[in-house]
Amino acid sequence: MTAQTPFIQIRSVSRVFNGGNGVHDLSIDIPRGSFVVLLGPSGCGKSTTLRLIAGLETADHGTIAIDGKDVTNVPPSKRGLSMVFQSYALFPHLSVAENIIFGLKVRKTGKDEIKSRLTEALNVTGLEGYEDRKPAELSGGQRQRVALARAIVAGHPLCLMDEPLSNLDAKLRHSVRKDIRDLQQRLGITVVYVTHDQTEAMSMADIVILMKDGRIEQAGNPADLYLQPATAFAAGFVGSPPMALLPASALPDAVIPPKTDAGRLTFGIRPEDLVLSTDTSTKAWGISATVTGSEFLGAETFVYVAIPGTSGATARLPGQVHIAPGTQVSLSWAGAAAHWFGEDGQRLAPTATREAAREPNTSFETDTAIPSL
Amino acid sequence: MNDMARLQKQRLALYGWMLAAPALALMSLFAFYPAIATFWHSLFTRGTTRRPSVFAGFENYQDLFADPTFATVVWNNLIYAGVTIPVSIIFALIMALWANAHIPARSFVRSAYFTPTILPMIAAANLWLFFYTPDLGVIDQITGFFGASPTNWLGQPDTALASVIVVTIWKEAGFFMIFYLAALQTIPPDLREAARIEGAGRWTYTRRVLLPLLMPTTIFVFVNAMINSVKLIDHLFILTKGGPNNASKLILYWIWEMAFAYFDSPHAAAMTILVLLALGLVAVAQFRLVEKRTHYR
Repeated sequence: MTAQTPFIQIRSVSRVFNGGNGVHDLSIDIPRGSFVVLLGPSGCGKSTTLRLIAGLETADHGTIAIDGKDVTNVPPSKRGLSMVFQSYALFPHLSVAENIIFGLKVRKTGKDEIKSRLTEALNVTGLEGYEDRKPAELSGGQRQRVALARAIVAGHPLCLMDEPLSNLDAKLRHSVRKDIRDLQQRLGITVVYVTHDQTEAMSMADIVILMKDGRIEQAGNPADLYLQPATAFAAGFVGSPPMALLPASALPDAVIPPKTDAGRLTFGIRPEDLVLSTDTSTKAWGISATVTGSEFLGAETFVYVAIPGTSGATARLPGQVHIAPGTQVSLSWAGAAAHWFGEDGQRLAPTATREAAREPNTSFETDTAIPSL
Repeated sequence: MNDMARLQKQRLALYGWMLAAPALALMSLFAFYPAIATFWHSLFTRGTTRRPSVFAGFENYQDLFADPTFATVVWNNLIYAGVTIPVSIIFALIMALWANAHIPARSFVRSAYFTPTILPMIAAANLWLFFYTPDLGVIDQITGFFGASPTNWLGQPDTALASVIVVTIWKEAGFFMIFYLAALQTIPPDLREAARIEGAGRWTYTRRVLLPLLMPTTIFVFVNAMINSVKLIDHLFILTKGGPNNASKLILYWIWEMAFAYFDSPHAAAMTILVLLALGLVAVAQFRLVEKRTHYR
């Protein structure tokens, strides 16, 4: 991150709930104007982190500073931020316009200013003409935009979003994702965004902070997370379909890195890095596997294979591929595409690079053993 | 018109009447017919064996208006309603807000508030009879501790109505609290947090979000409180019997007295009709005015 002071500084913050959930000794720096996504499975502490920044939860230990000011014990309204809730939290008895200007009215903003800010917020979110409707009379997407408008109307430099897209259908989610990203860049605000959907994180974030059990698993830009997962958990969580994680003991000795104990290693391979070959004799070090099924998705086909001694793997092949379940195949990959994780789940050696990871796909296209239409 | 379509329409109409029939029959038997019969009865004089009842027009009504007790009783009931309705609603709301908060022994607080509702009114009135007993009752024990002289709360015109009002509020507020509590639990906590982030304090949140969202409940509770202010007279039989000097006499008690103590049923019928008229007017006004300003989810 940059040399200048981070916009949000979280220093060794802990907040533990009864039962052990929460966040433990968390430190995060968030640069000004960035789009930061807190990613993780449910119960990983990402929402708690967001609520700590918002001030809806108070830290047991540690400090939180926003814009150079210590806000650890400052109430939410004095932190200069806005928030979009998963449920949108619109006031059902107020009209769209009244929902948007609720905060401005509470803060006793001047009438003319309220009016001009409202007009702008309605304009930015494309809600003109809906001012007098009640939330119940709007579609899910429109309600989502009202929540957005309420978040941006006050002009706070920081906006927190708690899974704002999870109540939308898949198609709308895609377009709103782009809208939110555009809006953030146009207004130059800092956004902290919580989601459990790695696609959202990868497509929107400047920085992804992957969390697990109240701790940071890996933080970095989306490419880092994808190409150099720091842990086996990060490798399995980011990417769809997920990276196959196989115990190294199921692999032929030839591919195991030298001077390591195969019994303790985990091997990871991205679906697009797997090369399938029906000719099981040529490549001496390939893994033999059985095809269990395939899914055609238009531009690509997922082929599911069973490997003895493992939970199986997925291969992502370009175009349409016909391959019958039960076919014996040999799996191989470019050496640099392999990810190795130690017994503690930590990455062993930084082996994958963008170029190396792409290589196997080209080699597959020349492989004529699998008929392709 | 197509024969088939007409037949279908007729059949639908038949179904409609069949579905409405049970309610219609019961309502006619127990509400419409008695109301009309009461009105008819109120137009006749009181019959005795020597002087049979004759048609009197609105004479019974004129008698009522001329009776000074009428003014006293109506005024008493207005005070009774005017105090019990708002006070019990406000108490119910405050109690519900408290019982809904995260406090220790929450279920104990809730059941404690609800206890007066479970007790029969007669039993509750007997309980309060002990509380109000001059010199020996709990209230005089407490005031006596601070040096006040004993008061005959139920036995003097100045305090009789107020004492009855207190019992009613005590009885009602816990019941209404349950409705507020149920309504409060349907309000998502997100709204509270959203309001907090927008800078709304406790009071602003209550005034601008909570109370409007509780409005449907408030109307329901209000209607119930209003009905109770007319019909809830059980405790009068135990506590004051309307006295002293009619100071705590309410309309329904007066009607009961006329009909079953003095056996003057025509005047009681006339009074009943007046009450029905008044309640009907209030109901219409309530639907016209309040419903429009309420948000139902």
